[in-house]
Amino acid sequence: MAHTVERAADRGKEGTVRVTADSAPKRRRKLPTPYLLIAPALILLAVVLLWPIVQMVWYSLTSFTTRNLLPNQPGPEWNGFAHYQRLLTDPEFWTILRNTVVVCVLMVGITMVLGTLIGILLHKLPKWFSTIVSIGMMLAWATPALSASLVFRWLFLPERGLVNVMLDRLPDWLVGGGWLEYNWFLQPGSLFTILITVIVWQSFPFVAVSVLAGLKSIPGELYEAAKMDGASAWKSFWNVTFPMLRPLFALLLVLQIIWDLRVFTQLYILANSFQNKDVYLLSYYIYQQGFSASPANYGMGSAIAVVMTVMILAVTAYYLRIMIRQGETR
Amino acid sequence: MSATSTTAPTRGGYRRSPLRRLRSLPLYLAGIAVLLFSVFPVYWMVATAFKPVGEIFTRDQTFFPQAPTLEHFDRVLNGQLIPGVNFWQFLGNSLVVTLGAVGMGAFLSLLAAMAVARFRFKLRTAFIILLLVIQMVPMEAMIISIFINFRQLSDATGAQLLGNLSGLLIVYTAVSLPITILMLRGFVVAVPKELEEAAAIDGASGWTIFWRILMPLVAPGLVAASIFAFITAWNEFIVALTFLGRSTDGYTLPLTLSYYFGRFGTEWGPIMAASTLLTIPVMIFFLFVQRRMVSGLTMGAVKG
Repeated sequence: MAHTVERAADRGKEGTVRVTADSAPKRRRKLPTPYLLIAPALILLAVVLLWPIVQMVWYSLTSFTTRNLLPNQPGPEWNGFAHYQRLLTDPEFWTILRNTVVVCVLMVGITMVLGTLIGILLHKLPKWFSTIVSIGMMLAWATPALSASLVFRWLFLPERGLVNVMLDRLPDWLVGGGWLEYNWFLQPGSLFTILITVIVWQSFPFVAVSVLAGLKSIPGELYEAAKMDGASAWKSFWNVTFPMLRPLFALLLVLQIIWDLRVFTQLYILANSFQNKDVYLLSYYIYQQGFSASPANYGMGSAIAVVMTVMILAVTAYYLRIMIRQGETR
Repeated sequence: MSATSTTAPTRGGYRRSPLRRLRSLPLYLAGIAVLLFSVFPVYWMVATAFKPVGEIFTRDQTFFPQAPTLEHFDRVLNGQLIPGVNFWQFLGNSLVVTLGAVGMGAFLSLLAAMAVARFRFKLRTAFIILLLVIQMVPMEAMIISIFINFRQLSDATGAQLLGNLSGLLIVYTAVSLPITILMLRGFVVAVPKELEEAAAIDGASGWTIFWRILMPLVAPGLVAASIFAFITAWNEFIVALTFLGRSTDGYTLPLTLSYYFGRFGTEWGPIMAASTLLTIPVMIFFLFVQRRMVSGLTMGAVKG
């Protein structure tokens, strides 16, 4: 009680009458209320999203297939680290893991650089023009992943896709010939190029708009001072902009990595089947093991999912650190 | 800062001379390039949707539809995208599952956000960290165990959670919670405590304070968070794909579109028309929450 009185007194001139008036009911609801309020959300989260993470680890250590889901069948059997051992010695898995990392790095790198440059560009353009460009970017950002993937598939379609048609119309000495019939979706190199294009197209607006918001918060005097010292645009970016926006860049980087590691829908449409293992990424491999392989191998799929989750959690740890530093958890 | 105010000092402190304006020409060109890169794929989607079949099945692709037609939209809206089921049912499915999840999610998040913003309790920090982490673990990794869970739960209770919208509704609600709670929390914190205390002195009950004082002030945040959740659920694909399987009656729009593409992959007119229809609601909502989208995702990293 003494504590409450003190705090209320700190708040100001209201006096003691008020303290007795509102501290009594507050004291009563203080103990159980917050737990009652978070309980429904917490239970739903725990059952639907948290428990499956635990199970994922458990399933990855068992021989769980569709058979075990049928009625009157024994449950999955423990088989230790067999899945992981198989993964580690499987060159196919290493290729898929390497492709996932390379594709993710390219997506994130291009998105960040392009987004930052465009953010700076928007900051330099007059307001009316930068608003128009921003609205245009919103269109790219808002397009659902599925629509975007379908459009890019259509743009790069052999024989009729606009990109193929345009490349074919360009002189051969510039771009080479045979573009009209070229099928982008068969080889990993060309398919991943399109995948990266789709992802960058959808995610650069977020980076650009965030960077623009960040730039607006930097006081102009800093740039004037840099200019007086004769700093070039390049120098004033690294000496003024970057240090000021460091927390923002760190956050954007983490979010992009996490979002780009999990890409599935776009690849599902672009690859359009599970036949070509060369174009798999981790998320695609998980889904294929769980729902497209016959028989479905839940154990193996879970093991791959654990690998992916560990990668994501490593990045998330860094994200948490940023959030805690910013006081978001307080 | 318009081009006409040539003598006014601008942000950089310099004067805008004709030479200066000429030098900013590359900036304008770059801006136009960005604009084209952003808009063109969307334009191409819409343009293709309006082209007659003859203009699609050709090597001589034209930038503008020569003879615009509504035949593809007509086919999507009035025909049967999947044998036996028409567009309106899929639209209904999508609306039921997204609006249902958004409504339930908004209610649960509001309660939790109140707890986190207004009370200090032991598990508070742990709860916030849980939200931040769970928001990051990708559905793509959890999909197998979530599917098995719902399958076993269906078998054990006799409830049909797979093959219809009920399971999806539960998952979408749960998925929307972390970000909505974190977004709403900021709005609740922004409402001065003194307002509620003043109402309490006037004898208002907790319920009245909630509805008459807090709700009107938190409503804009609730709308923003709900739109955010709506967009996520509207676009969601992998859970719908896994949960609905071959039960085409329950398909949501993205799943319908993917199914149609798989069966009739060469019919780009209807595919682009349906893609356009899928995109429109998101575009509309996006214009409303664009600003919050940035601040919601980067939270405190951008101040100002």
